[in-house]
Amino acid sequence: MSSPDSAALSGAQSLVRSLESIGADVVFGIPGGAILPAYDPLLDSTGVRHVLVRHEQGAGHAATGYAQATGKVGVCMATSGPGATNLVTPIADAYMDSVAMVAITGQVPSAAIGTDAFQEADICGITMPITKHNFLVQAAEDIPRTIAEAFHLASTGRPGPVLVDIPKDILQAQTTFTWPPRLDLPGYRPTLHPHSKQVREAAKLMVTARRPVLYVGGGVLKARAAAELRVLAELSGIPVVTTLMARGAFPDSHPQHLGMPGMHGTVAAVNALQKADLIVALGARFDDRVTGKLSSFAPFATVVHADIDPAEISKNRVADVPIVGDAREVIAELVVAVKAELDAGHADPDRMTEWWMQLNRVRDTYPLGYPEPTDGMLAPQYVISRLGAIAGPDALYVAGVGQHQMWAAQFVRYEKPYTWLNSGGLGTMGYAVPAAMGAKVGRPDATVWAIDGDGCFQMTNQELATCAVEGIPIKVAVINNGNLGMVRQWQTLFYDGRYSNTDLKTHNKAEQKRVPDFVKLADALGCVGLRCETAEDVDATIEKAMAINDQPVVIDFVVGQDAMVWPMVPAGTSNDEILAARDVRPVWGPDEV
Amino acid sequence: MNKHTLSVLVENKPGVLARVSSLFSRRGFNIDSLAVGPTEHPEISRMTIVVNVDALPLEQVTKQLNKLVNVLKIVELEPTASVQRELLLVKVRADLATRSHVLETAQLFRAKVVDVATDAVTIEATGTGDKLEALIRVLEPFGIRELVQSGMVALGRGARSITAPSATLRSVDRPA
Repeated sequence: MSSPDSAALSGAQSLVRSLESIGADVVFGIPGGAILPAYDPLLDSTGVRHVLVRHEQGAGHAATGYAQATGKVGVCMATSGPGATNLVTPIADAYMDSVAMVAITGQVPSAAIGTDAFQEADICGITMPITKHNFLVQAAEDIPRTIAEAFHLASTGRPGPVLVDIPKDILQAQTTFTWPPRLDLPGYRPTLHPHSKQVREAAKLMVTARRPVLYVGGGVLKARAAAELRVLAELSGIPVVTTLMARGAFPDSHPQHLGMPGMHGTVAAVNALQKADLIVALGARFDDRVTGKLSSFAPFATVVHADIDPAEISKNRVADVPIVGDAREVIAELVVAVKAELDAGHADPDRMTEWWMQLNRVRDTYPLGYPEPTDGMLAPQYVISRLGAIAGPDALYVAGVGQHQMWAAQFVRYEKPYTWLNSGGLGTMGYAVPAAMGAKVGRPDATVWAIDGDGCFQMTNQELATCAVEGIPIKVAVINNGNLGMVRQWQTLFYDGRYSNTDLKTHNKAEQKRVPDFVKLADALGCVGLRCETAEDVDATIEKAMAINDQPVVIDFVVGQDAMVWPMVPAGTSNDEILAARDVRPVWGPDEV
Repeated sequence: MNKHTLSVLVENKPGVLARVSSLFSRRGFNIDSLAVGPTEHPEISRMTIVVNVDALPLEQVTKQLNKLVNVLKIVELEPTASVQRELLLVKVRADLATRSHVLETAQLFRAKVVDVATDAVTIEATGTGDKLEALIRVLEPFGIRELVQSGMVALGRGARSITAPSATLRSVDRPA
């Protein structure tokens, strides 16, 4: 740690020095009245790169994408009032997905707070329920400590967004800068080390269970524990399922991987949880999209639940063996404890033989797949699986929310951690383009593909202008079915095909009109625009996009509107009601529980 | 449902009460009563929160409260192992005909008369919720003009204190 230095400067300079000192190399933001003082020293900063976005929501999601791709804290900045409220969606998004983010907002001068001043909004009050913590800075001398505390809170324990609101007069006030500051967080003591007795208890269950499953959630990625997970899985021989937030935490090609559980998970993964006698949940939170109707979820399972957040344990499903701790430490200790049990000969080597036979039969009978479209249109699933095959396991895939997101989770093969980014908890349409931008800034050498829908893309595509101007050459595959596809799917299934307000007319065949024309739009935003409408052209178009590295590229994949995401557990029903495809209910063998 | 009394030590900082109370409402818990005030440490405030929940949701709300960065410590105080008190101020009609009865009632409850007007008296009483309810019941026939009641405050019995020892109140240093 560098020796404390002390210098006279403005609050704004102190803020920029703090960001430099803490190692925040990129800030995504837009200036405005109240934050203006901070932008002046930012102009001279050599340590902090500011990326000027086109909408504050873009700044927020970019910070999230940056954080998810790099494991560092993502930083966004906005002015008071509308600037700050435009950050609300990405802050809520980061909160739900436990992303380390620091949002810095300008506030009206202290004396004007509470007077309904121009561009005043109580952003601390507004974001209280969607931040891990937030601060209204009261004095310029508090800036370094507050920034250090914000980064510490955001990145340790269960990560999450922290907002720092700084009134304009405090940015303008003269102060001194001292680094490192002393943190003052007496009430913040995250539990990192698991209780060894609980770990041993879990290990005993893992070596004696006959139908165990490792239920792996995003916490494993947050803890950077993918390597440890693989050791534990292979040591124990237990099947693995990875949630939407954990895709990439365990290689899809691994024979023990059954895929993603949940509403659109594989039949094998959903079935494994339903029939399990032991679920070892690692950094997962028993979300409703995974459990389906909670009362009928995994009825035979004893539950080991490991999470860094004690409030997650027994929140939805009561844990029989609760373990509070960092997933990497928990898994590392489980490896030792399981190994000790195995070495002591406490495990019957054949205990899972029948289980694996059952799982393999389900996996072989109900693999992920899709029917060929009957309308002659391009199949969206084909586009996404080709994209995954061509861009490969080193590329980053960043999805929006909806059908394309589920297909991207299903049909891209994830082999490495941090290659799959999406908005899981909040389900924020418009996440993909700005998050891909942030990911590309953090990982400039990686190929970054945004896989977006035509609905999502129209929410945040203005950030392509940022990408074009700032030299952030992301690639965007717009899976353009002309509709709000997932909503349309529900209308097909549950509203008798009454398509209320889901047709976006981005490719109106009858009128031969495209509104907007995504190729022209891409061009207008300084990107290369390509279009692909047939299966024959898919590979060539993707390869063409792969060859362009000095400019963002947008491919308008014009696909059919009738493709649906399968398998599906209809909302509010039991996971046992899973449909492998429309009207196809899996048949479980007679020997199964 | 059961009433539970939580003693919550919090940092004495702006907005902490809002953080605590909004947490209860957004997680779907109702607060029966809440009292907040300073403690023997100027930088620490103490909240006494009475909630009406079952054991499992109580565990969840306690964990959620613990996640608030400004919350230092939470202790559940059992009714049998703690002293629990509320304060009541009640303005009762008391003319010449009834005044002596009202005063007698106040005395029976070891309550004090703190204000007197020609046709009313204001009585101050402290005690458990049950005792204050009983007092109100007895005073009702005289005519209650107005009453105000504080949230419950409570302190564990015996010599032990829940105030965190200085060791657990030290700052967390940033890892290098």
